[in-house]
Amino acid sequence: MAIKDYVRERFFPHIWCPGCGHGIVLNGLLRAIEKIGLNKNDMVMVSGIGCSSRIAGYVDFHTLHALHGRALAFALGVKMSRPELTLLVPMGDGDALAIGGNHFIHACRRNIDMTAIVMNNRVYGMTGGQYSPLSGFGTLATTAPYSTIDPEFDVVQMAAAAGASFVARTTAYHVQQMASVLEEAILHKGFSVVEVMSPCPTYFGRKNKEGGAVDMMERLKNMTTPMGSKAKQENPSLIERGVFVKKEIPEYCTEYQKIVERAMKG
Amino acid sequence: MSGIVKFVQGNEACVEAALYAGMDFFAGYPITPSTEIAELMAVRLPRKGGMFVQMEDEIASICAIIGASLTGRKVMTATSGPGFSLMQEGLGYAVMAEIPCVIVNVQRGGPSTGLPTKVSQGDVNQARWGIHGDHAIIALTASSHQDVFSVTVDAFNLSETYRTPVILLFDEVLGHMRERLDIPDAGEVPLVDRLRTSVPEGVDYHPYLPREDGRLPMSDFGGVHRYNVTGLFHDMWGFPSEDPQVVHELLRHLVDKIENHANEIMRYKEYYVEDAETLLISYGSSARSALHLVADRRQRGERIGLLELQTLWPFPSTLVREKCKRAQYVIVVEMNMGQLLQSVRMSLERPERVFLANRVDGTLITPIDIRNVLRLIQGKGV
Repeated sequence: MAIKDYVRERFFPHIWCPGCGHGIVLNGLLRAIEKIGLNKNDMVMVSGIGCSSRIAGYVDFHTLHALHGRALAFALGVKMSRPELTLLVPMGDGDALAIGGNHFIHACRRNIDMTAIVMNNRVYGMTGGQYSPLSGFGTLATTAPYSTIDPEFDVVQMAAAAGASFVARTTAYHVQQMASVLEEAILHKGFSVVEVMSPCPTYFGRKNKEGGAVDMMERLKNMTTPMGSKAKQENPSLIERGVFVKKEIPEYCTEYQKIVERAMKG
Repeated sequence: MSGIVKFVQGNEACVEAALYAGMDFFAGYPITPSTEIAELMAVRLPRKGGMFVQMEDEIASICAIIGASLTGRKVMTATSGPGFSLMQEGLGYAVMAEIPCVIVNVQRGGPSTGLPTKVSQGDVNQARWGIHGDHAIIALTASSHQDVFSVTVDAFNLSETYRTPVILLFDEVLGHMRERLDIPDAGEVPLVDRLRTSVPEGVDYHPYLPREDGRLPMSDFGGVHRYNVTGLFHDMWGFPSEDPQVVHELLRHLVDKIENHANEIMRYKEYYVEDAETLLISYGSSARSALHLVADRRQRGERIGLLELQTLWPFPSTLVREKCKRAQYVIVVEMNMGQLLQSVRMSLERPERVFLANRVDGTLITPIDIRNVLRLIQGKGV
């Protein structure tokens, strides 16, 4: 199926600002889905609230634009009811890890088969540029005019510690890697977390003097390195990209089915 | 009746009814005094292939049942005051996105952590107005386990009929007290199943386009129609819209679909109302004490009656006005500071004849409490 057949064309052009990375995430995701060859009727996208969540409006799947931070809880209800469906849960950084932090760690712990995509632009964009739990110490935001004193979460470490069975990081610059990581994440049977670093030139970039869209893309290229690279050893401040966790552990819906069988035996 | 008679807690009667109604997805979080509902669901649901999940909090619980309802299941969650507060966000979503679901609130004392193991009816107005924004809501209650069973089945039927969340407002006494429950035969109580669209695959389906009778046929998530569901104001396809006409029509629809059917949603019982000069209005476990007093006083020849409301919201104003016509005094009996009292007063022409008999100390209101108010009104002293 052609990429354009996966989208709701009538809603384009999309609402994202020029230079935003979120459209590239949509692109990478659709390429991954096309490669796997998934049927549109078999896919459910559940999103939260924020710039990132608007992605659900553009894909021609079953789409649930849920509540801020709660996408994973809604998604659990859908997945447990219909385990054969493929669940995609794109979220923003504030969405997934501030208001939705509790749901996020518990979804990791349950290892329920779905793909959580954290579209991390380090800022609350929809509300105009406030700092998020991923902004990081020393960044500027409308609610941190003198810079933040909040350290950031490391999404990869956090997801891994909470029990997610597939954890990866990529960026909107590395779109080929993004598509292949997302493909692997979707095919993985268990809870997959993919952090996609996505530039927000309108708010984060402007406040923190990171330049325009192209400059921010270049930063993504320069501030990251493949996992385990020599460059990382030489420069520990580089952020690693790649698949950090991939393990086969009991999946929630499969385990629940065993409970049903046990209960039915009496 | 099926011949199956049980001696159960009210919470168990609620579980039996939900299973009878075909509920097959429950998500919840432990909280006194509703926990038995989750515990029993954990035992019973897997036996029939249903889904039980204990979530990380009440917010997640209501979100999970909304997701499950979209796939075509009948769903439920159960909680008490603090959890009910957390659920308001999801409740509002279910109202806006028109998702059938049943939310049980076994009321305990509040505000805040309050009195976890003690009775109260303090969430009556929260059930009506706990969520932000204009809306209409259905909330039912009962005073005996047989009625808990009936209104629970009703709650599922109403939620499917009107595509809306329905709140069951029970209370701690009801939830924990044990009494007889006769379980009806399968088929004895009519059940309303999900109204699914007849639109075939490949034809444009409008999830939010009401039929002529006002009902909105659904299509299961994961089925052949792909559409959008959102908590934003939305058009008939479910896509966000800020068009003033779309917004106006949707809000009117959300309110009208319930308020215009208040008579169909209304459930109540009456005892000696016809010639009553003094009319008690009560609900939930308070109604048991009210009925006790009424029966006692009737034996002495007093013209006293009881109107027991089972539908609290939408408030049955016309019914209350009608039943209070002949009464000289009306006494609202409830375990709060006068929450339903406000609605009763607003429904009547002479609100000054409406009095409150209440108890708010965590113990069940007694017939003597009500008698004392009655005597004060009659100028007899306590």
